[in-house]
Parts: sequence; C-alpha cells; structure tokens
Amino acid sequence: MTAFGKLIRTTAFRLTLVYLFLFALFAASLLGYFAWNTRRLITEQITANVNAESDEISDVFSRRGLRGIVFTIENRALRPGANLYLVTAPNGQALAGNVGSLAPGVMAATGWVETAYRRLDEQDTANHLALVRVTELSGGFRLLIGRDLEERKRLFGIVAKAAQWSLLVVVVLGLGGGVFVARRVLRRIDAMTGTTQRIMAGDLSGRLPVGRSGDELDRLAENLNAMLERIEALMTGLKEVSDNIAHDLKTPLTRLRNRAEEALARSGNEAEYRNALERTIEESDALIRTFNALLMIARAESGQARGDMDEFDGADVARGIHELYEPLAEDNGLNLQVSTEPTPVRGNRELISQALANLVENAIKYGKPLPPQGAEIPINDEIRIEARRDGGMVLLQVIDHGQGIPASDRKHAMERFVRLDASRTQPGSGLGLSLASAVATLHGGELRLGDAAPGLKATLAFPASAGHRDGVASQTANVPQKVA
Amino acid sequence: MRILIIEDDRESADYLVKAFREVGYVADLAGDGEEGLAMAESGDYDVLVVDRMLPKRDGLSVIGALRDKGDRTPVLILSALGQVDDRIKGLRAGGDDYLPKPYSFAELLARVEVLSRRHGGPAEETVYRVGDLELDRLSHRVTRGKDELTLQPREFRLLEYLMKHAGQVVTRTMLLENVWDYHFDPQTNVIDVHISRLRSKIDKGFERPLLHTIRGAGYMIRDGLR
Repeated sequence: MTAFGKLIRTTAFRLTLVYLFLFALFAASLLGYFAWNTRRLITEQITANVNAESDEISDVFSRRGLRGIVFTIENRALRPGANLYLVTAPNGQALAGNVGSLAPGVMAATGWVETAYRRLDEQDTANHLALVRVTELSGGFRLLIGRDLEERKRLFGIVAKAAQWSLLVVVVLGLGGGVFVARRVLRRIDAMTGTTQRIMAGDLSGRLPVGRSGDELDRLAENLNAMLERIEALMTGLKEVSDNIAHDLKTPLTRLRNRAEEALARSGNEAEYRNALERTIEESDALIRTFNALLMIARAESGQARGDMDEFDGADVARGIHELYEPLAEDNGLNLQVSTEPTPVRGNRELISQALANLVENAIKYGKPLPPQGAEIPINDEIRIEARRDGGMVLLQVIDHGQGIPASDRKHAMERFVRLDASRTQPGSGLGLSLASAVATLHGGELRLGDAAPGLKATLAFPASAGHRDGVASQTANVPQKVA
Repeated sequence: MRILIIEDDRESADYLVKAFREVGYVADLAGDGEEGLAMAESGDYDVLVVDRMLPKRDGLSVIGALRDKGDRTPVLILSALGQVDDRIKGLRAGGDDYLPKPYSFAELLARVEVLSRRHGGPAEETVYRVGDLELDRLSHRVTRGKDELTLQPREFRLLEYLMKHAGQVVTRTMLLENVWDYHFDPQTNVIDVHISRLRSKIDKGFERPLLHTIRGAGYMIRDGLR
C-alpha cells in the first residue's frame, strides 16, 4: 500500500472528510439563507419606494392634471439613479417617461409585475429586468413606476462568489487538517506497530512509546504496556517452571532410574527385588505429587482457576483444616488451636483450603519449639490457626513457635523448590509455600511471612468479598469465638 | 462383576484388563469413543471405566449419550486433567467418580468396587453392622457388644463411610474426598492419624480387630481378615 493510500485509509482522515462535508453543507445553507433574506429585503424596499412615488405622482395628476405629471416625470427621470417612469394615453401612446421599450402587454394590466425593459437613453440592445407597478389614472391614462433589479442581481453575484470562495477555503483547510491529523496519528500508530512487531519477534522487554498528552492513544499504549508487563511476568514464570522441572524433577528421576538399574544388575532374591520395586513406586508417587503441585501453581499463577470462584466464610476453611490436622499435630507433640471470626471471601475454596493446609503442614513439620534454656520457661507447643478481618482484608494465619524463618530468607522461602537448610532433612517438595503464595496472588492478595517471636507467622491475606465489605465495623466488633 | 474399559492407550488398557481379570472380574476393552459407546449400549456392564480423551468421540460425550438414553451404569472417568474444575466438569457430564492419571491400580480397584456396590447394592440402611459393631445413622449411636462408644462428629462420619463400604477397600484419597470433601493431596499421613484414633476407640480392648489396614491400598472394615 502506498503511503498516500495508507493515509487516506486512516480513521482520522475519513472523519475529516465527513466533517468537511458537514461543514460545507452548513456554510452553503448559511449563505443561502443570507441571500434569500437579502433578496426579500431589497424587494420590500423597492415596493415601498415605488408605492410612495406612485401615490405622490397620482396626487400630482389629480391636482395638476396631465401636464403636471408629465412635467414632474420628465423632471424626476433626469435625476441620477432614477426610477423607471412611463405615462400612457388611453390609446397606449407613451406621453412621458424614461422607458424605451417594455415586454408586450405590461401596460394592459394594473398591479405588480417583473418585466424586461430598455431605457430611452440607452444605446445597447440588452434588456434589463425591473420590478414595476402599473396604476390606472382617471380618464384612461396609465402610470408605470418601477425600479431596476440590477442591484439585486449584483448582490446575488457577490453572494455566489463568496460561497465559492468559502467552499474552496473550507475544502483546502479541511483536507490539509485531515492529512495533518491523520499523519500524526499514523506516525504514532506506526511506532506502536513497529514495537509490537519487535515484541512478536521475541523481544518481550520492548514497550510502546507513551506521550505526555494523556490522550486516548497514550491510554491505549499504557494499557498495552501493562498487558506486556503481565505477559512478560508469565513468560518468566513459565521459564522458571521449566528450569525447575529440568533441575528438580530430573534429580529424583535419575535416582529412580539408578535404583532400578542397580536392582536389575545385582542378581538378588525376591525380597530384594520387592524392596527395590516398592521404593520405586514410593519415589514415583512423590514425583507425581511434585508434578501436581507444580501444575497447580502454574494454573493459579496464570489465573486460570479464576473460573470457580464462590462466596464462602474463611472461618469455615480454618475450622475444617484445624479439624483435619489436629490429630496429626497432637501425634507430633504439638497443640493445634483455631480461633475465628466471620471472614467472607470470594474465591476458590478448594485452593484456599489447600494453601492453608500447606501452611499448617509446614508448621507441624518445622514448628517444634526449641528446648527452653531455663527450666522455668514453659515450652510453647501451640500452633494457632486464625481467621480474622483487618479492615478490608481477610487474614488466614498460621502461627507457630518453632525456629521461624530469618527475615533475610523469607522472600526466598516462597520460591519454587527452595528448601531452607533447616528443612533439608524433612520430607517435602519445597513447593508448599510457593503454592500458598500463588493462591494468594490469584485472589488478589499475598502470602506474608512474619516473626511470631519466636516462630513463624504465615498469613494469607485476601481482600474481603465485596458483598460484605459494608459490615466491617459490626463484624470486627465481634469477640472472636474460640472453637478449639 | 463385568467392567468395560474405554481407553485408547493400548498398553495401559491391556494392563487394566489383565489386572481386573487377576482379581476375578470380567473386563472388556474398547479402543475409541464410538466403539465404547456401542459396546456399553449392547453389553450388560456393572461399571464403565472411561478415559476422557479418546479418538472419534471424547469420553464426556460418550457418557452424555449413555445418560441421555437413560443408562445409569456407574462410570469412573480416568483423566490426565486432574484439576478441580476438570473433575467438576466430569461429574457434571454424568460421571460418578473421577480419577486423575497417573493412578495406582489399588485406588482404581477400590473405587470401581465401591461404584458397583452403589449401583446394585441395597437401599440405604439406617443401621450398619459389622461383627458386633453397630452404627445407628439416625440416633448417631455407636456400640460394640454391650459398650457404647463416644465418637467425635468427624470420627462418626469416618466410621459411617467405612461401614457403608464394609468388606471393601477404601483408599486414603477416597476418605479425604468423601468424609472431608477435600480433593487435594496432603503431603503428610494426616488420614492415617485419624484412622488410628478411630481404631483406638473401636478396636482397643477387643479381641477381634475390625478395622484393617490393607497394605499399599488403604483400609477396610470387616469381621475377620480375608
């Protein structure tokens, strides 16, 4: 497509054409109205003037007779810019006046008429147009008084010329403006297209140029940039996942393979084979779990799970998880407690339950208090699950009194497959906190790791569901009910 | 029991057929959706095991066609799509149970047995009995011999589920799904702890244990071992 072709296909240019047409129409009708009104005014003026003079001359005729008006008319006809005058005898013969010839039959009827005429003193043969009034005088004489319409015609000519010029100006300015605007828009769109092409070619870090005017194109560019930001984050996440899969799934797979190979190479008895096979199944089950967790994190991070959101009470989730894990905690010498207040949440109940379960499992695994230094300090073996509101947020917390995580390690701990040194000896995939974090992010919230002095305070913070946000004051005023 | 397996992956299908036959069931195989639908309509099967992604006609549409014709044969859906919403989609399409791949045969067998029982089994009883253990679902009373046992509400529901499927293997995942209504996979032995608590209440001090651990599969409540 040629540059010009591209230009005239732009929306800006087409809009200009529409405006141009409307504007020209407007100008034309304005001029038309003006011309029509002027014409009426001129006609009215002529009529009034002719009427007055006609009355005057009729008066002269009644007072001074034929001789009087012939004198008056001859007199008046000599003045510069004079009206048209004609007096005829009953037999149609012209007696006085400055009219040389008329269209035939004009003098036959009385009243107003537009007629072609020629003056007596004129040399050329061209006819002019005049508006004339014919009146009947006593004795069969007739009087014609009229005025030339040249003036009206000239005025029309001026208006027509003005219309032509203004149309020309409107069209030229309009087209010029259209081209200017279209080129401006086109340049910016071309810049955007160029950037998007670079991005499509693989350079995800590219961003669209954003001007300072804050107009619709800038807003569009800003929004597209935000979208690119999100896409880049997702792509980075995807790359991270595949790197992690490469690294952390291949290790157990290698172990699995080695074990099978070893069992095969060594000619053992049935019990040894059985043992090797059982360990193989265990290892593959662990691998499947890791794989499921990874898929779930990826889904939560990509926002796919947003489809199954419901309204529910976070307190129910907290109580349910407490009920499920309380015996396990007790077997581990820990005391799992729960305290709740109504916490309306809109979200994926299953995912939030799993996130909270992960936090509780972590607390049970790592939340064992250290032996107290002095005999008089009691061991705090409590793990507390809390569901509570904090302004517009809903907090689901798990607080333990174990060693906690040092502040410098907390961000790191939420990344995939990260297992802090303290936890290397415990079974687990290193995905629990990253799943919890991904679930929180999916719901527009975050996972916060804090200090319970001593111990870890892990908090899933979500915005409270919109339908219930009004009741903040009354609900937070409730005394938390203790269920444990 | 007659089982129809609709699965296009030849190797896993053969494995399933062999495994079902080894435990004494009749298992037939269909390799695609059209064939599966035709066989399901003509044969008299107790349970259908249907893969979701099949050539010619996908699993959910096979189930939908059967249900439209009023065929209520229980269906277990096997699928590589194991996420919560895929599961819900499967159950909405008319499946009775949903098992994500990869699965263990023990898990599949336990679920198929429970499904076949649900289909042809007796109407819901109000009192379940296993040996001298009795559970009254209306009054929520549990007795063993002459002793009345005090159970927590959740322990009651756990025992109720086990006794409803007395004589059948019930896996940990089945318990988590049916008693707790969670569909995720805990990384810890949280179900075992609940079972051992329940066991200490119903079996401790009695000569004949009723709640048995089935190695590599799950649990079963039964009067005497098989």
